[in-house]
Amino acid sequence: MSSQVETLQPIVWHEPRSSYDVVIIGGGGHGLATAYYLATRHGITNVAVLEADYIASGNTGRNTTIIRANYAIPEAIRFYRRSQVLYEGLEAETGAEIHYRKKGHVWIAHSEMGMRTERGRVLMNQALGVETELLTPEDVKRLVPQIDLTGGGRYPVFGASHHVPAATARHDRVAWAFASGATSRGVHVVQHRAVTGLLRDGERVVGVETGAGLIRAGVVLSAVGGWVSQVAGMAGVRLPVRTHPLHAFVTNDFEQGLEKIVASTELACYVSQTERGQMLIGAEFDSQPSFTRISSFDALRSYAYKITSLLPFLRNMRILRTWAGLCDISADFSPIMGDTGVDGFLITTGWGTWGFKAIPAGGEALAKRIATGRVPELIASFGLDRFRQDLAMADQASAGTR
Amino acid sequence: MHELECPRCGRRPLDEFVFGGERRTASSGIADPDARDFDEVWIFDNPDGPTTERWFHAAGCRRWLTVRRDTSTDTVLGIA
Repeated sequence: MSSQVETLQPIVWHEPRSSYDVVIIGGGGHGLATAYYLATRHGITNVAVLEADYIASGNTGRNTTIIRANYAIPEAIRFYRRSQVLYEGLEAETGAEIHYRKKGHVWIAHSEMGMRTERGRVLMNQALGVETELLTPEDVKRLVPQIDLTGGGRYPVFGASHHVPAATARHDRVAWAFASGATSRGVHVVQHRAVTGLLRDGERVVGVETGAGLIRAGVVLSAVGGWVSQVAGMAGVRLPVRTHPLHAFVTNDFEQGLEKIVASTELACYVSQTERGQMLIGAEFDSQPSFTRISSFDALRSYAYKITSLLPFLRNMRILRTWAGLCDISADFSPIMGDTGVDGFLITTGWGTWGFKAIPAGGEALAKRIATGRVPELIASFGLDRFRQDLAMADQASAGTR
Repeated sequence: MHELECPRCGRRPLDEFVFGGERRTASSGIADPDARDFDEVWIFDNPDGPTTERWFHAAGCRRWLTVRRDTSTDTVLGIA
């Protein structure tokens, strides 16, 4: 038996009860991490996570697994750095191998405007104690020898920022690690149990309706990806969110050699090499909202064109597998966490293209909010009410945004 | 969805068009003017199903189209 199997604790499955202190809708990374931190940090184990499909079947298993903190606004940098720190310790804490690999994230600029953005990013990151450095084209060539510094003649490399602690991890194993840690402490994780409605007592949300009966709850948290507008709508909450598909693909296995995660804002695409040697490539989300997860040929062609301008060796590779996830894109490209204005109903959404890296910090913060009744300082500026207060948090450093 | 049928230019690749946003129906029903303004500025209906939206033919006739589209399958139902 391989070490991978041995290092993952089993997930204990339960039949749901009719009542819990906390019901979490959505068995993706954020839902499972919130349950895990409720159990481990606050001793709250009378918790159910209800998943419509199987755990990590949504965006948690569909992302490009990049964990980075090189954002552009202080609130985001602090939050994602916290997440990085939790990720770094997750294998030691849970005993589950998640294949956490520190690689470094090289964010390339192809114009003087792009360099201005990267300089700003480096200064802002360094001011907050996050290790990001500015690279010359020669530095880029040294770290990424495969790169064509002329960018195929069309996208010349002017320089880059290098976020040293950026990492990747195996995404489904992250979900399993949290599920295992939560269920071993008494949390119930129920698969194939879709929530079809919310129970109301006056204005307050007091539970959920499922195809297999009602479940009462002290608090309901929506940790849904994709159909969050529909779930929030059950509580009468309207969200500044639109859902757009994002496509990704992997190539055939290739000799290990691309050590860095390589990204370009102007080309809007990014690539890293998986443990198996496949090149994992993603780009920006579709311009029009939709809920279809069918990969589009146009997207693959466009990504392939862009990424091979930068890394010509990829031209010789085959696309092996493609998929798409549903990104909940908030109006300011920042996540939405915490209260909704409806008693008993909390939300974590707006995870767009940046949800995977945020799983531990998001889970930890939501667990603290549920356990203490107070919104933690780390996520205070990410509340849904920021839009009403005209305090939107436009972050131009989210992947796939311009 | 790979192409749109422009009434003036014919079938053209989607790259030529810019998504201009959906026609929101819910905000018009809000009575309080401040709440309605807020809803119109920030909130999206984000329906999983048929919706009406505007697309701009940026690399063609540079006119606006009204498109009926099903977001659950990303297919066009009709264009005016």
